[in-house]
Amino acid sequence: MPNEPLVELTDVAFSYGARPILSGIRMRIPRGKVVAIMGGSGCGKTTILRLIGGQLKATSGTVRVEGQDVSALTYADLYRLRRRMGMLFQFGAMFTDLSVFENVAFPLREHTKLPESVIHDLVLLKLQAVGLRGAAHLRPAELSGGMARRVALARAISLDPMLIMYDEPFTGLDPISLGVIANLIRRLNDALGATSILVTHDVEASLGIVDYVYIAAGGQIVAEGTPDAIRASQDPFVHQFVNGEADGPVGFHYPGSTLAADLGLEGRS
Amino acid sequence: MIDALRQIGARTVDGVWKLGCATRFTGTILARSGMCLRRPQLVLDQIYFTGVLSLVIIIVSGLFVGLVLGLQGYETLKRYGSAEALGTLVALSLVRELGPVVSALLFASRAGSAITARIGIMKSTEQLSAMEMMAVDPHSRVLAPVFWGGVLSMPLLAAIFSAFGVFGGYLIGVVIIGVDSGAFWSQMQANVDLWSDVMNGVIKSAVFGVAVTLIALFEGYDAPPTAEGVSYAVTRTVVTSALAILALDFVLTSFMFTGV
Repeated sequence: MPNEPLVELTDVAFSYGARPILSGIRMRIPRGKVVAIMGGSGCGKTTILRLIGGQLKATSGTVRVEGQDVSALTYADLYRLRRRMGMLFQFGAMFTDLSVFENVAFPLREHTKLPESVIHDLVLLKLQAVGLRGAAHLRPAELSGGMARRVALARAISLDPMLIMYDEPFTGLDPISLGVIANLIRRLNDALGATSILVTHDVEASLGIVDYVYIAAGGQIVAEGTPDAIRASQDPFVHQFVNGEADGPVGFHYPGSTLAADLGLEGRS
Repeated sequence: MIDALRQIGARTVDGVWKLGCATRFTGTILARSGMCLRRPQLVLDQIYFTGVLSLVIIIVSGLFVGLVLGLQGYETLKRYGSAEALGTLVALSLVRELGPVVSALLFASRAGSAITARIGIMKSTEQLSAMEMMAVDPHSRVLAPVFWGGVLSMPLLAAIFSAFGVFGGYLIGVVIIGVDSGAFWSQMQANVDLWSDVMNGVIKSAVFGVAVTLIALFEGYDAPPTAEGVSYAVTRTVVTSALAILALDFVLTSFMFTGV
């Protein structure tokens, strides 16, 4: 069904023990689109990705991927679904005991019985797509942060996934590497006919490449819309977040007693 | 008083909780060991990592333990006019007790700590999560091969330790002190039983291998994903393994050699 979203979260709540992380999350990720989930640190963005990937189970509500309720899948079905997903972790999560080539070849070796010559060619093509074919022989320790992220991206797309998830792909990158990664995310999504979910707090880099944005705060979705709508939003939180302002609904100080009380000055005249 | 009771209660609950987690972890590893049979190369790689790389420390330690046993044993036996029984004393001490126990303690500090650090770092750098998201189960692909690699390595290392220990005893007793070579070997051959001595030693070392490898894997897998968390986990692996080895040794010895 073309109108059915690839990923759909309905009234999802999640908590670690008694500590609530997410509540009332509703999202629809259409096929073929690049969708960003933005928000400050610790607002539950990465938890949403882990719920979609089945690494965490929702406390209540449903997470559907391709119409399947992720929480209700058996171990075998969940792993079958994950074969069609790719995920880029914040710092790449490269296997440090394997070379760049072997890292990209890893999913192919684990899930296919392709002959070595085909795996060789596929790996080089994936590395070519991220501009690192010449680095195939290097070890992860020899890569810069941006290069590691690109290798991890090549690994994430090695099985041509239907869904690619990116967890803070821009963190700690210089402007050139950041631009390269941002362009790759858009270009690879369109070339592979995939759907991408981008978790980030980098406003400028992501608004330039995504089709739709969800903004999370305090474990809830507080705003959503196209990049233009988000830029034009008059919502105080969205305005503060998009423009990176110190003053706004999100206070500078962590909640606590007053400075005068802590210094023992209260009550003195 | 209430606070002290509360702390004792909290620690007890934590301990029981962790024991439950460790038991479930063990069950998961055993249940997902099928890949080790289908891809034995994964286990062979781990035998190299845990066993072959521990060989130097095992050989050198075995040799020195044998040298000391030869010296001490000769001094004691000489008082009773039984110096020719040196071979028996050295072999029985090593095969029954020192070989399995000392090699397991060395295995825990060399290979156990390395396993914990490796798994802990794989977890803290999200390598295990990445594997899960690639639909590759880390229990099957990483943890089970390490477990079986450790379990198979341990008896081999204990056997090598004992062999070099006997050689050390021979060097001191026969080559340096001058105990009769024929008496040394024939007494050993006559008094060391393949089943009751050697095989019991092998069983002991296999049990120690299971315990140490499981402790090392669990501590690494359970470690908080921080530098401090991994370093504490490594320490806990060495300490817990040493205590487990000594306690298990007592229990096993009670059943094997005293008929309790």
